[in-house]
Amino acid sequence: MAKQKFARGVAVVGAGMSKFGAFPDRTSRDLFVEAFLEMKGTVDKGLDPGQIEAFYLGNFSSDQFEKQAHLAPIVASWVGLSPIPAMRVEDACASGGVALREAALAIASGMYDVVLVGGLEKMTDLPIAEVTEALATAADTQFEIPAGFTFPGFYAAMATAYLDQYDASPQALAHVSIKNHENGALNDKAQFGQRIADIMASKKARAEQKGLPVPEWKDELEFLADPKGNPNIAWPMSLFDCSPVSDGGVAVLLVAEEIAFRYTDSPIYIIGSGQASDGALTDRATLSHIPAAVEAGQQAYQMAGIGPQDIDFAEVHDCFTIAEIMATEDLGFFPRGEGWKAAMSGKTARDGEHPINTSGGLKAKGHPVGASGVGQVVEVWKQLRGVAGERQLPGNPRRGLTHNVGGSGQTCVVHIFERRD
Amino acid sequence: MTSFQLTSKEFYTALGQDRLIGSRCLDCGHISAPQRQICPTCHSDRQEVIEFDGKGTLAAFTVVSVPPTHMAVAGYGAKNPYCVGIVTLQEGARVCAQILDVDVHAPHTIRIGTPLVMTTIERGEGETRKKYLAFEPA
Repeated sequence: MAKQKFARGVAVVGAGMSKFGAFPDRTSRDLFVEAFLEMKGTVDKGLDPGQIEAFYLGNFSSDQFEKQAHLAPIVASWVGLSPIPAMRVEDACASGGVALREAALAIASGMYDVVLVGGLEKMTDLPIAEVTEALATAADTQFEIPAGFTFPGFYAAMATAYLDQYDASPQALAHVSIKNHENGALNDKAQFGQRIADIMASKKARAEQKGLPVPEWKDELEFLADPKGNPNIAWPMSLFDCSPVSDGGVAVLLVAEEIAFRYTDSPIYIIGSGQASDGALTDRATLSHIPAAVEAGQQAYQMAGIGPQDIDFAEVHDCFTIAEIMATEDLGFFPRGEGWKAAMSGKTARDGEHPINTSGGLKAKGHPVGASGVGQVVEVWKQLRGVAGERQLPGNPRRGLTHNVGGSGQTCVVHIFERRD
Repeated sequence: MTSFQLTSKEFYTALGQDRLIGSRCLDCGHISAPQRQICPTCHSDRQEVIEFDGKGTLAAFTVVSVPPTHMAVAGYGAKNPYCVGIVTLQEGARVCAQILDVDVHAPHTIRIGTPLVMTTIERGEGETRKKYLAFEPA
């Protein structure tokens, strides 16, 4: 394969997001306005929205979740951007990452200099059964769903294959959940601002208040192993292995590298971009990792001219705990079969050798599916500019990576970002 | 020889007759399940429908306590979970199927590599009632 690269450089010069969570009083456009205004405030030298030339919106299924299709022009109008071209990009949970890539390609082509990328999903208006049905349409509805698969079920099946192949401890999954909740507790945009220990304490307090027997979990692992506290969803995925149903909006401003200094003295450059597709789970040679993620990662590394050892931190698609473990191997941070050990030994914690999901990840930050891939960029932006607050990584990180997966791995998109100063 | 077509709905027509079909590429021999019109390996459009003999092994599985609507309607839920898995057929292709006759209340006793044989399970009501693919321990 010929080396793929942008015909000209692309930089991020602004990034903002709404809080992620459940917001019954607000619609998707309200969440996007919140994200857009925050993004505008992060452009160091100011942004005149009239300079924005095109809008790419990552959104999985506003037509199912809000009974509103054709969302991009509506949202564009709501932030005052008509008549610029506005389009919705859909690749299931990878919609946001793919929208980012399409926007970057549009700038790299020379067509536009200033492009807005959005990520948006409003999922909580529907009852949970209907949310599950809507998400299921991202799988093969002719052959996978009729068999009885659900999204937690796909990742659970991959977990059984992974645990069996590498004789791994299922406790590694709990460690991912505990770590991501620790990080999410430091992120004011996160849906879950609580550590697992906080959740245990509040459950104990509630039991005591109601005069019920107070559970005697001695630590987080014991709590997570208790089906009363952490019920089965799709074995071996329990409630705390699963990312939540969320509402959220994200806005990121991309510009051509040559004009980036008009907006900021500290742009973040997109130095690598990769994307791949795949068939259903049954079509793959392996069930213990995601081939499209390996392919997308290799493309991004090749374009950037670097390898996994050059990445200081990553935001990976932890829709389920097993997905984070597989991602850390698919991206080359750890050898095959070693990701679970790395999760258990703290190598992916903020003070570990490969910090993963400092934002709290999809698990704790929330997973408004079409917004998640763009939300990852906000964390990279903050970490690389040193504005991540209490969860800021030490040592002035220089390169961050985002990994966004659609479905059970039918789409994966990877980006590498770099600070230069 | 079978009289089924390569189009995708035929999979369930065959299943209605308790038959599991797929396709073989006449150029490279690649076997697909369900059947395809274009080979995913060599891109040839010369494919023939084949019938699998219904033997395989369990490659991956889950036990679902929070079912989608169509499974909830069939009676499954937290108190009555079901197993669904990926089965590697002895001919090489893989399929998704409900796994019957395993201990869903003790999922850790279900083993990857368990030899399985094909069966079917009927779900749905009235006109939507039809046979779905299932496997059970051999």
